[in-house]
Amino acid sequence: MSEVHPHEEVRPERSPYAARIRAMEALLVEKSVLTEAEIQDRIEYMDSRTPANGAKLVARAWTDPDFKERLLSDAKSAARELGLDATHEAELIVVENTPVVHNLIVCTLCSCYPRAVLGRPPDWYKSFEYRSRAVREPRAVMREFGFEPEEGIEVAVHDSTADARYMVLPMRPEGTKNMDEEELAALLTRDALIGVSAPQAPSRAS
Amino acid sequence: MTPFHPGDRVRVRPAEKPGHVRAPDYLKGRSGWISCVLGHFPNPEDVAYGLSGMPEKTLYRVSFRQSNLWDGYEGPDGDRLYADVYEHWLEPEGER
Repeated sequence: MSEVHPHEEVRPERSPYAARIRAMEALLVEKSVLTEAEIQDRIEYMDSRTPANGAKLVARAWTDPDFKERLLSDAKSAARELGLDATHEAELIVVENTPVVHNLIVCTLCSCYPRAVLGRPPDWYKSFEYRSRAVREPRAVMREFGFEPEEGIEVAVHDSTADARYMVLPMRPEGTKNMDEEELAALLTRDALIGVSAPQAPSRAS
Repeated sequence: MTPFHPGDRVRVRPAEKPGHVRAPDYLKGRSGWISCVLGHFPNPEDVAYGLSGMPEKTLYRVSFRQSNLWDGYEGPDGDRLYADVYEHWLEPEGER
Protein backbone atom coordinates (compact mmCIF):
# COMPACT_ATOMS: atom_id res chain seq x y z
CA MET A 1 0.00 0.00 0.00
CA SER A 2 2.97 2.26 0.49
CA GLU A 3 3.23 2.76 -3.29
CA VAL A 4 -0.32 4.04 -3.36
CA HIS A 5 0.02 6.50 -0.49
CA PRO A 6 3.60 7.63 -0.77
CA HIS A 7 3.11 10.82 1.19
CA GLU A 8 0.89 9.45 3.82
CA GLU A 9 1.81 8.16 7.19
CA VAL A 10 0.85 4.55 7.58
CA ARG A 11 -2.30 4.42 9.66
CA PRO A 12 -2.33 1.81 12.40
CA GLU A 13 -4.44 -1.19 11.37
CA ARG A 14 -6.42 -2.10 14.44
CA SER A 15 -8.23 -5.09 13.10
CA PRO A 16 -8.37 -7.38 10.07
CA TYR A 17 -11.43 -5.38 8.96
CA ALA A 18 -9.48 -2.14 8.95
CA ALA A 19 -6.74 -3.83 6.93
CA ARG A 20 -9.31 -5.10 4.46
CA ILE A 21 -10.89 -1.67 4.07
CA ARG A 22 -7.49 -0.10 3.47
CA ALA A 23 -6.78 -2.71 0.81
CA MET A 24 -10.13 -2.05 -0.89
CA GLU A 25 -9.52 1.68 -0.75
CA ALA A 26 -6.11 1.22 -2.36
CA LEU A 27 -7.61 -0.93 -5.11
CA LEU A 28 -10.41 1.54 -5.84
CA VAL A 29 -7.87 4.33 -6.16
CA GLU A 30 -5.57 2.19 -8.28
CA LYS A 31 -8.42 1.33 -10.65
CA SER A 32 -9.47 5.00 -10.80
CA VAL A 33 -12.93 4.31 -9.37
CA LEU A 34 -12.26 6.89 -6.64
CA THR A 35 -9.55 9.39 -5.92
CA GLU A 36 -7.84 9.94 -2.58
CA ALA A 37 -9.28 13.46 -2.61
CA GLU A 38 -12.82 12.15 -3.00
CA ILE A 39 -12.36 9.76 -0.12
CA GLN A 40 -10.94 12.56 2.02
CA ASP A 41 -13.86 14.86 1.07
CA ARG A 42 -16.33 12.20 2.05
CA ILE A 43 -14.61 11.62 5.41
CA GLU A 44 -14.65 15.35 6.07
CA TYR A 45 -18.32 15.52 5.14
CA MET A 46 -19.11 12.67 7.52
CA ASP A 47 -17.07 14.25 10.30
CA SER A 48 -18.86 17.57 9.82
CA ARG A 49 -22.13 16.04 10.89
CA THR A 50 -22.40 15.80 14.66
CA PRO A 51 -25.10 15.63 17.32
CA ALA A 52 -24.80 19.43 17.52
CA ASN A 53 -26.89 19.53 14.34
CA GLY A 54 -29.70 17.56 15.91
CA ALA A 55 -29.45 19.74 19.03
CA LYS A 56 -29.87 22.86 16.89
CA LEU A 57 -33.04 21.47 15.35
CA VAL A 58 -34.51 20.61 18.73
CA ALA A 59 -33.59 23.94 20.33
CA ARG A 60 -35.27 25.77 17.44
CA ALA A 61 -38.35 23.55 17.77
CA TRP A 62 -38.53 24.33 21.50
CA THR A 63 -38.53 28.06 20.84
CA ASP A 64 -40.56 28.22 17.63
CA PRO A 65 -43.84 26.25 17.54
CA ASP A 66 -44.26 26.68 13.78
CA PHE A 67 -40.79 25.29 13.17
CA LYS A 68 -41.59 22.39 15.48
CA GLU A 69 -44.63 21.57 13.38
CA ARG A 70 -42.54 21.60 10.22
CA LEU A 71 -39.84 19.49 11.88
CA LEU A 72 -42.41 16.85 12.81
CA SER A 73 -44.15 16.85 9.44
CA ASP A 74 -41.15 17.21 7.09
CA ALA A 75 -37.86 16.96 8.94
CA LYS A 76 -35.69 17.15 5.83
CA SER A 77 -36.96 20.51 4.72
CA ALA A 78 -36.97 21.82 8.30
CA ALA A 79 -33.30 20.80 8.50
CA ARG A 80 -32.63 22.69 5.28
CA GLU A 81 -34.02 25.84 6.88
CA LEU A 82 -31.14 25.66 9.36
CA GLY A 83 -28.63 24.97 6.62
CA LEU A 84 -28.40 21.24 7.34
CA ASP A 85 -28.31 18.96 4.34
CA ALA A 86 -30.30 15.80 5.00
CA THR A 87 -30.84 14.82 1.39
CA HIS A 88 -28.70 11.70 1.79
CA GLU A 89 -31.20 10.12 4.15
CA ALA A 90 -34.00 8.17 2.52
CA GLU A 91 -36.57 9.48 4.99
CA LEU A 92 -35.92 11.47 8.12
CA ILE A 93 -38.59 11.31 10.80
CA VAL A 94 -38.59 13.15 14.10
CA VAL A 95 -40.66 11.59 16.88
CA GLU A 96 -41.82 13.76 19.74
CA ASN A 97 -41.60 12.93 23.43
CA THR A 98 -44.69 14.07 25.30
CA PRO A 99 -46.07 13.76 28.82
CA VAL A 100 -47.59 10.42 27.69
CA VAL A 101 -44.93 8.84 25.50
CA HIS A 102 -41.13 8.52 25.49
CA ASN A 103 -39.45 7.43 22.26
CA LEU A 104 -36.34 5.30 21.83
CA ILE A 105 -34.48 4.59 18.57
CA VAL A 106 -32.73 1.38 17.58
CA CYS A 107 -31.88 -0.58 14.45
CA THR A 108 -32.02 -4.28 15.17
CA LEU A 109 -30.94 -5.32 11.67
CA CYS A 110 -27.75 -3.29 11.46
CA SER A 111 -26.92 0.26 12.53
CA CYS A 112 -29.33 2.58 10.68
CA TYR A 113 -29.03 5.98 12.28
CA PRO A 114 -30.00 9.56 11.37
CA ARG A 115 -26.45 10.39 10.28
CA ALA A 116 -27.44 13.61 8.52
CA VAL A 117 -28.40 15.16 11.84
CA LEU A 118 -26.40 13.15 14.40
CA GLY A 119 -23.28 12.09 12.52
CA ARG A 120 -21.87 8.63 13.02
CA PRO A 121 -23.50 6.32 15.54
CA PRO A 122 -21.68 5.55 18.78
CA ASP A 123 -20.21 2.06 19.07
CA TRP A 124 -22.74 0.97 21.68
CA TYR A 125 -25.59 1.78 19.27
CA LYS A 126 -24.12 -0.73 16.84
CA SER A 127 -23.46 -3.37 19.50
CA PHE A 128 -25.37 -6.62 19.41
CA GLU A 129 -26.31 -6.07 23.05
CA TYR A 130 -28.01 -2.69 22.51
CA ARG A 131 -29.71 -3.83 19.32
CA SER A 132 -31.22 -6.90 20.93
CA ARG A 133 -32.04 -5.42 24.33
CA ALA A 134 -33.48 -2.05 23.24
CA VAL A 135 -36.47 -3.77 21.67
CA ARG A 136 -36.94 -6.41 24.34
CA GLU A 137 -36.29 -4.48 27.54
CA PRO A 138 -36.10 -0.78 26.65
CA ARG A 139 -36.82 0.30 30.22
CA ALA A 140 -33.90 -1.69 31.61
CA VAL A 141 -31.61 -0.25 28.93
CA MET A 142 -32.66 3.31 29.78
CA ARG A 143 -32.08 2.66 33.49
CA GLU A 144 -28.54 1.62 32.65
CA PHE A 145 -28.12 5.00 30.97
CA GLY A 146 -29.32 6.56 34.22
CA PHE A 147 -32.76 7.48 32.98
CA GLU A 148 -36.23 6.33 33.90
CA PRO A 149 -39.40 7.77 32.31
CA GLU A 150 -41.80 9.15 34.87
CA GLU A 151 -44.64 6.97 36.10
CA GLY A 152 -47.43 6.73 33.53
CA ILE A 153 -45.29 7.51 30.49
CA GLU A 154 -45.43 4.84 27.82
CA VAL A 155 -42.33 3.80 25.94
CA ALA A 156 -42.37 3.63 22.14
CA VAL A 157 -39.40 1.88 20.56
CA HIS A 158 -38.69 2.61 16.89
CA ASP A 159 -36.84 -0.13 15.08
CA SER A 160 -35.38 1.51 11.95
CA THR A 161 -35.77 -1.59 9.81
CA ALA A 162 -36.06 0.01 6.39
CA ASP A 163 -35.77 3.37 4.64
CA ALA A 164 -36.64 5.77 7.44
CA ARG A 165 -34.22 7.19 9.99
CA TYR A 166 -35.52 8.42 13.32
CA MET A 167 -34.49 11.14 15.75
CA VAL A 168 -36.16 11.98 19.06
CA LEU A 169 -37.50 15.43 19.89
CA PRO A 170 -37.16 15.44 23.70
CA MET A 171 -39.40 17.47 26.00
CA ARG A 172 -38.07 20.84 27.01
CA PRO A 173 -36.98 20.60 30.65
CA GLU A 174 -38.71 22.68 33.30
CA GLY A 175 -36.86 25.74 34.48
CA THR A 176 -35.44 26.68 31.07
CA LYS A 177 -37.89 29.45 30.28
CA ASN A 178 -35.25 32.15 30.17
CA MET A 179 -32.73 30.26 28.10
CA ASP A 180 -32.00 31.19 24.51
CA GLU A 181 -31.65 28.76 21.64
CA GLU A 182 -27.93 28.34 22.07
CA GLU A 183 -28.21 27.61 25.78
CA LEU A 184 -31.01 25.16 25.11
CA ALA A 185 -28.98 23.36 22.44
CA ALA A 186 -26.20 22.91 24.99
CA LEU A 187 -28.59 20.85 27.17
CA LEU A 188 -29.04 18.30 24.42
CA THR A 189 -26.83 15.25 24.30
CA ARG A 190 -26.61 12.68 21.57
CA ASP A 191 -28.08 10.12 23.98
CA ALA A 192 -31.19 12.27 24.50
CA LEU A 193 -31.68 12.49 20.73
CA ILE A 194 -31.54 8.70 20.51
CA GLY A 195 -33.90 8.47 23.47
CA VAL A 196 -31.80 6.52 25.98
CA SER A 197 -31.89 9.56 28.22
CA ALA A 198 -33.62 12.93 28.53
CA PRO A 199 -32.21 16.44 28.82
CA GLN A 200 -32.01 17.97 32.28
CA ALA A 201 -32.14 21.61 33.24
CA PRO A 202 -28.88 22.72 34.83
CA SER A 203 -29.10 22.78 38.61
CA ARG A 204 -29.63 26.22 40.05
CA ALA A 205 -26.72 25.92 42.44
CA SER A 206 -25.03 29.01 41.02
CA MET B 1 -50.75 -7.04 -2.91
CA THR B 2 -53.43 -5.80 -0.58
CA PRO B 3 -53.07 -2.11 0.14
CA PHE B 4 -53.29 -1.40 3.84
CA HIS B 5 -54.59 1.63 5.63
CA PRO B 6 -53.84 3.14 9.02
CA GLY B 7 -55.61 1.13 11.71
CA ASP B 8 -55.70 -2.10 9.70
CA ARG B 9 -54.72 -5.18 11.63
CA VAL B 10 -51.87 -7.01 9.95
CA ARG B 11 -49.50 -9.88 10.55
CA VAL B 12 -45.87 -10.12 9.55
CA ARG B 13 -45.53 -13.14 7.29
CA PRO B 14 -43.82 -15.98 9.12
CA ALA B 15 -41.86 -16.77 5.96
CA GLU B 16 -38.20 -17.55 5.53
CA LYS B 17 -36.21 -15.91 2.76
CA PRO B 18 -32.50 -16.32 2.20
CA GLY B 19 -30.19 -13.35 1.86
CA HIS B 20 -30.85 -9.72 2.66
CA VAL B 21 -34.16 -9.37 4.45
CA ARG B 22 -35.69 -6.28 6.06
CA ALA B 23 -38.27 -8.01 8.22
CA PRO B 24 -36.66 -8.89 11.56
CA ASP B 25 -37.21 -12.44 12.79
CA TYR B 26 -38.63 -11.33 16.14
CA LEU B 27 -41.65 -9.85 14.32
CA LYS B 28 -42.37 -12.80 12.02
CA GLY B 29 -45.81 -14.17 12.70
CA ARG B 30 -46.65 -11.26 15.06
CA SER B 31 -49.75 -9.13 14.72
CA GLY B 32 -49.88 -5.38 14.84
CA TRP B 33 -51.59 -2.37 13.35
CA ILE B 34 -50.75 -0.18 10.41
CA SER B 35 -49.66 3.08 11.95
CA CYS B 36 -48.96 5.00 8.73
CA VAL B 37 -47.84 4.68 5.14
CA LEU B 38 -44.22 5.83 4.92
CA GLY B 39 -44.06 5.90 1.13
CA HIS B 40 -42.85 3.88 -1.83
CA PHE B 41 -39.25 2.80 -2.23
CA PRO B 42 -37.18 0.52 -4.44
CA ASN B 43 -37.18 -2.86 -2.74
CA PRO B 44 -33.98 -2.82 -0.62
CA GLU B 45 -33.93 -6.62 -0.57
CA ASP B 46 -33.18 -6.50 -4.34
CA VAL B 47 -31.14 -3.30 -4.32
CA ALA B 48 -28.72 -5.09 -1.97
CA TYR B 49 -27.79 -7.38 -4.88
CA GLY B 50 -27.29 -4.64 -7.44
CA LEU B 51 -30.80 -4.89 -8.88
CA SER B 52 -33.05 -1.91 -9.49
CA GLY B 53 -35.58 -2.81 -6.80
CA MET B 54 -38.36 -1.87 -9.18
CA PRO B 55 -41.29 -1.79 -9.06
CA GLU B 56 -41.27 0.21 -5.85
CA LYS B 57 -42.79 -1.35 -2.76
CA THR B 58 -45.01 0.32 -0.23
CA LEU B 59 -43.43 0.75 3.19
CA TYR B 60 -45.62 0.83 6.28
CA ARG B 61 -44.90 1.73 9.85
CA VAL B 62 -46.47 -1.01 11.92
CA SER B 63 -47.16 -0.76 15.62
CA PHE B 64 -46.99 -3.74 17.96
CA ARG B 65 -47.88 -4.13 21.60
CA GLN B 66 -44.68 -4.97 23.44
CA SER B 67 -46.61 -7.39 25.65
CA ASN B 68 -47.55 -9.31 22.48
CA LEU B 69 -43.93 -9.65 21.44
CA TRP B 70 -42.11 -10.75 24.55
CA ASP B 71 -42.95 -13.13 27.40
CA GLY B 72 -42.75 -11.33 30.72
CA TYR B 73 -42.26 -7.90 29.16
CA GLU B 74 -41.47 -5.30 31.83
CA GLY B 75 -43.63 -2.26 31.33
CA PRO B 76 -47.23 -1.13 31.01
CA ASP B 77 -49.62 -2.46 28.38
CA GLY B 78 -49.34 0.79 26.46
CA ASP B 79 -45.67 0.27 25.60
CA ARG B 80 -45.30 -0.08 21.86
CA LEU B 81 -42.77 -1.11 19.31
CA TYR B 82 -42.82 0.44 15.85
CA ALA B 83 -41.08 -1.16 12.90
CA ASP B 84 -41.01 -0.28 9.22
CA VAL B 85 -42.23 -3.24 7.19
CA TYR B 86 -42.55 -3.62 3.43
CA GLU B 87 -45.84 -4.68 1.88
CA HIS B 88 -44.56 -8.08 0.78
CA TRP B 89 -43.92 -9.01 4.42
CA LEU B 90 -47.45 -8.15 5.54
CA GLU B 91 -50.72 -9.99 5.32
CA PRO B 92 -54.16 -9.12 6.67
CA GLU B 93 -54.54 -10.57 10.17
CA GLY B 94 -56.40 -13.87 10.01
CA GLU B 95 -55.22 -14.86 6.54
CA ARG B 96 -53.06 -17.96 6.35
